[in-house]
Amino acid sequence: MNEAAYIAAAWIGTFGAVAAYAAWIIRRGRQASELVDEQDRRWM
Amino acid sequence: MTIDGSVSPSGAVAPARSPAPTSTSSRATRILGTVALVGTAALVVFGLWITPPDAQLGETIRILYMHVPTVSAAYVAFIITAVASVAYLWKRTEFWDLLAASSAEIGVLFFALTIFNGMLWGRITWGVFWRWEPRLTTTTVLFLTYLGYLAVRRVPTSTRTRGTVSAVIGILAVVNIPITHKAVDWWRGLHQEKTIFGTVDPEMQGTQLFTAYLGLTVFLVLFAWLLIHRFRLAWLTERAEEQGLDAAIAERRAEGSLS
Amino acid sequence: MIRDAALVASKDLRLEWRGRVGLGQVLPFALLCVLLFAFALDPDRGVLQRATSGLFWMIVLFAAVLVVQRSFSVEGEDGVLDALRLSGLAPASVYLGKVAAIVVQLLALEALLLVAVAVLYDTTLRGWGLLLGTVLLATLGIAGAGATYGVVGLRLQGAETLLPLLLLPLLAPVLIGATRAGDVALGRSAGPGWPWAAMLGIFAVVYVSLGAILFRPLMEDL
Repeated sequence: MNEAAYIAAAWIGTFGAVAAYAAWIIRRGRQASELVDEQDRRWM
Repeated sequence: MTIDGSVSPSGAVAPARSPAPTSTSSRATRILGTVALVGTAALVVFGLWITPPDAQLGETIRILYMHVPTVSAAYVAFIITAVASVAYLWKRTEFWDLLAASSAEIGVLFFALTIFNGMLWGRITWGVFWRWEPRLTTTTVLFLTYLGYLAVRRVPTSTRTRGTVSAVIGILAVVNIPITHKAVDWWRGLHQEKTIFGTVDPEMQGTQLFTAYLGLTVFLVLFAWLLIHRFRLAWLTERAEEQGLDAAIAERRAEGSLS
Repeated sequence: MIRDAALVASKDLRLEWRGRVGLGQVLPFALLCVLLFAFALDPDRGVLQRATSGLFWMIVLFAAVLVVQRSFSVEGEDGVLDALRLSGLAPASVYLGKVAAIVVQLLALEALLLVAVAVLYDTTLRGWGLLLGTVLLATLGIAGAGATYGVVGLRLQGAETLLPLLLLPLLAPVLIGATRAGDVALGRSAGPGWPWAAMLGIFAVVYVSLGAILFRPLMEDL
């Protein structure tokens, strides 16, 4: 039972951290793109 | 991933263009993101439910479905950093500098997750969070090495100096990966303990093997998706700073002309 | 190239000798570490004796950080590196000169430190061949990586605190190799010691070559 808790912690921790990091990047990306001229944010 | 840097001559904006996005997303990232999301869901289903417990590892193999992919993706990230660093010293273009930095940051995140997973695995297997298991030890040393790289990038200096210095560090650090591996392996050679990879059945089959590869694929896609977003964020940050600087200079000029 | 390197090295060593920072600050610091380790690890339990090799190399690493910092702060002060760059010396020669100067200083420090450790930790020095080989190769590796990071520290003015964070993880293999080889030389552990020395040699060759190549971009846009 204890084992299951550690395994769950590993999965939640890993994907949680990736999701948090992704959310942080995307939010900062939105904020930064407001400061930048239009010609500088045309992505491929 | 490159930026469409085509600044139209004479500044005339082509009429038929759609408005530029107000985020770091594009069609490519949306597709990659969807694939990553679906893949993650599949990995959860396969890793936590469908696959049977391992004959030797028992349920702990479920941690390896993430542990192995995170560490692999991190190494891919650091190799990209090193290649981009060499390319920067050669070509001296912003693209390579920002690519190296973005890749390293994600690599550090993945290394942190690898250590975290490894410790939980150890808690189950050894009964303690930490043993001086070679792979875990190597990962931690390299994690600290790349924290240094990221710290260097935060030092306020000129873009060119930052690029040169961090490129040199990116190259020196990647060369240290095999040396540290070898040294730590020998160092722990006398102490045989249950290692994370050493106990994986080399003839893994069926759903287990499939899940292992699925994990690897999912994390590589996740990495690619994060890298594109992180790169674009870095690009936007540079532009924003430039414009801030331009504005400040213009202001100073205006002040100067008044007095 | 060798002559240029010797020129740079002798200039550094002369400056160093005049300033007496190595003698007056780094060496006392190293001796202080010898004492502090004794306080931390009760001398009566025999830990000091068993761990002599590791403690010795830990102190060398700490001292190396100071020596490297010193070796480049000299350059920063009077824009000497600028002068070196304008002097037309090849960057690789400047680098090798720097490495040589650091090696000489570290070797002097290590010789004295070895005596201190032998006396204070009650360690009998033996296995001289392996011991000397280890000291030489490890020192070359430390200086090779150190000189590159020293100029990195110089380029990032006001970020001197970064040097240990950058240099010490990189030197982890050197600490491992030198400690193990030292253990074998001192008879603290069995097994061949030369493979460890060989690893130290590989580390030294790799980092000295990389430093010689990478010094050019580092100096160029100063």
